[in-house]
Amino acid sequence: MTKVAIVGLGWSGFSPEVVDMSFREMMFKAAQRAYEDAGGLDPRRDVDAFISCQEDFWEGISIADEFAPDPIGGAMKSVYTVAGDSLQCVGQAYAMIKSGLFDVVVVESHGKPSDMLTLHDVMSMALDPISLRPLGLANIHALAALEARAYMAKYGVGPQHLAEVVEKAHRAGLRNPRASYAGRLNAGDYELSPVVVDPLREADIAKFVDAAVVVVLASEAAARDLSDTPVWVEGVGWRTETSTLELHDWAFPLHARMAAEDAYRQAKIADPAKEVGFAEVDNRYSFKELQHIEALGLAPRGSAAEMLLEEPSTQAAACPSTSAAARWPRGSPSKSTASPD
Amino acid sequence: MTKPVNPRGTPIKEAEAVGIEFPVVGKARYNYTTGEALGVFLAGLKQGRILGTVCKRCGRVFVPPRMYCSYCFRPVDGWVEARDEGVVVTAVASYIEATRARAEKARVVGVIKLEVPGYKFDDHFFPGIMHYICVDDEAVKSMGIFGMRVRARWRPVEQRVGSITDIECFEPAGP
Repeated sequence: MTKVAIVGLGWSGFSPEVVDMSFREMMFKAAQRAYEDAGGLDPRRDVDAFISCQEDFWEGISIADEFAPDPIGGAMKSVYTVAGDSLQCVGQAYAMIKSGLFDVVVVESHGKPSDMLTLHDVMSMALDPISLRPLGLANIHALAALEARAYMAKYGVGPQHLAEVVEKAHRAGLRNPRASYAGRLNAGDYELSPVVVDPLREADIAKFVDAAVVVVLASEAAARDLSDTPVWVEGVGWRTETSTLELHDWAFPLHARMAAEDAYRQAKIADPAKEVGFAEVDNRYSFKELQHIEALGLAPRGSAAEMLLEEPSTQAAACPSTSAAARWPRGSPSKSTASPD
Repeated sequence: MTKPVNPRGTPIKEAEAVGIEFPVVGKARYNYTTGEALGVFLAGLKQGRILGTVCKRCGRVFVPPRMYCSYCFRPVDGWVEARDEGVVVTAVASYIEATRARAEKARVVGVIKLEVPGYKFDDHFFPGIMHYICVDDEAVKSMGIFGMRVRARWRPVEQRVGSITDIECFEPAGP
């Protein structure tokens, strides 16, 4: 079975509001960069299939997959859409190439949340329409806050830990030219940040950015043709928990733990805390960074917070480096997790 | 009863065609970014001009415009102005409003293949516009509308806002 590599990456946007380009123009720009990065690849000739990660409600367009092919060179070619995060598309592209039927697969994802006038209402559409939506939650972040509370209560995590995550991420973002919300914050600044839904303050919640990301994946033979520096993908995993929120584990992201185990198994990693040299974790909420470090097995359950305080610059000895720039100062483009960092 | 009795629909002849009022704009509301291509296009409509972009490699003209050629995967080479007239490629007559009420007068909607001086297009790919056509539904029933030359009926300048509706409809342009 062939190995799979990332051979090109391109991006566009990563600012709070991209006013001068439509999402289609952002996709085109990101695709141009990715194809140049992949050795000047011609998408009309060299790409076997395209996958776009997007969701109709975020687009404000139903059957939005119809809009996917044109800006990325996929007109009249094999294109399909995954309603999910871009990392899911990377996983799908990986599987397609592993199957031996495809040599080069392009993954596109974008988010233009600045186009949404009623962001809260749109996000609320993700709730179960019968059991949850009628509650009319005043703030969609309440769901994350419930998880935060459960996690913090169970593992003795306090606001000082969240403040440290926030401070570290903002500081790290200063080294990232795409981090719109980077800055120097201290604990005092954190406490001045208004509470959105206790325990989450505004500073705990990633702000949105408009962005598009295109990733080119290739089989081993194609990768060696296209790139001198392919990034080999050794393992991929994704899991989805139950859609019934009441039935899921509020205190610990089991889905992330199981997905990580899938990827580690493929990559033959037995002890991630020792073998993983660098991890970038999703921290769209501050406490999620701590949870995900633990879910990835980079720190024992419930210990990431204390490790962070002991060794804030590198997170912890057992977890050498995480979240260098992270989602949070860069902002969250809603569907484009695949990072250009 | 919370589901429609017949989810496959009811033949028009049998329908009581009761109008139902519903909000056109729901809770999910958006402020779409036009971007460069459609921004220039809408500004052109306000001036009474139909603008498109051209890819000189393949000769395609895009109306509505885009800043890239989908077929050559490259930036387009610039702007061209289409004439505000062309021929009807396809059209239908609609007898029911969006609110499900029976329309007092049938509305005809169609696709118009536009002309751009200096360019020739086949029937597969052409600069086009979908719009209302101000003709009687008999023109659709008789199929006489196909291939009919039509011309944009513009709203008065002071009523134009930079929208596709700055064109009221397309009307027969004569032979």
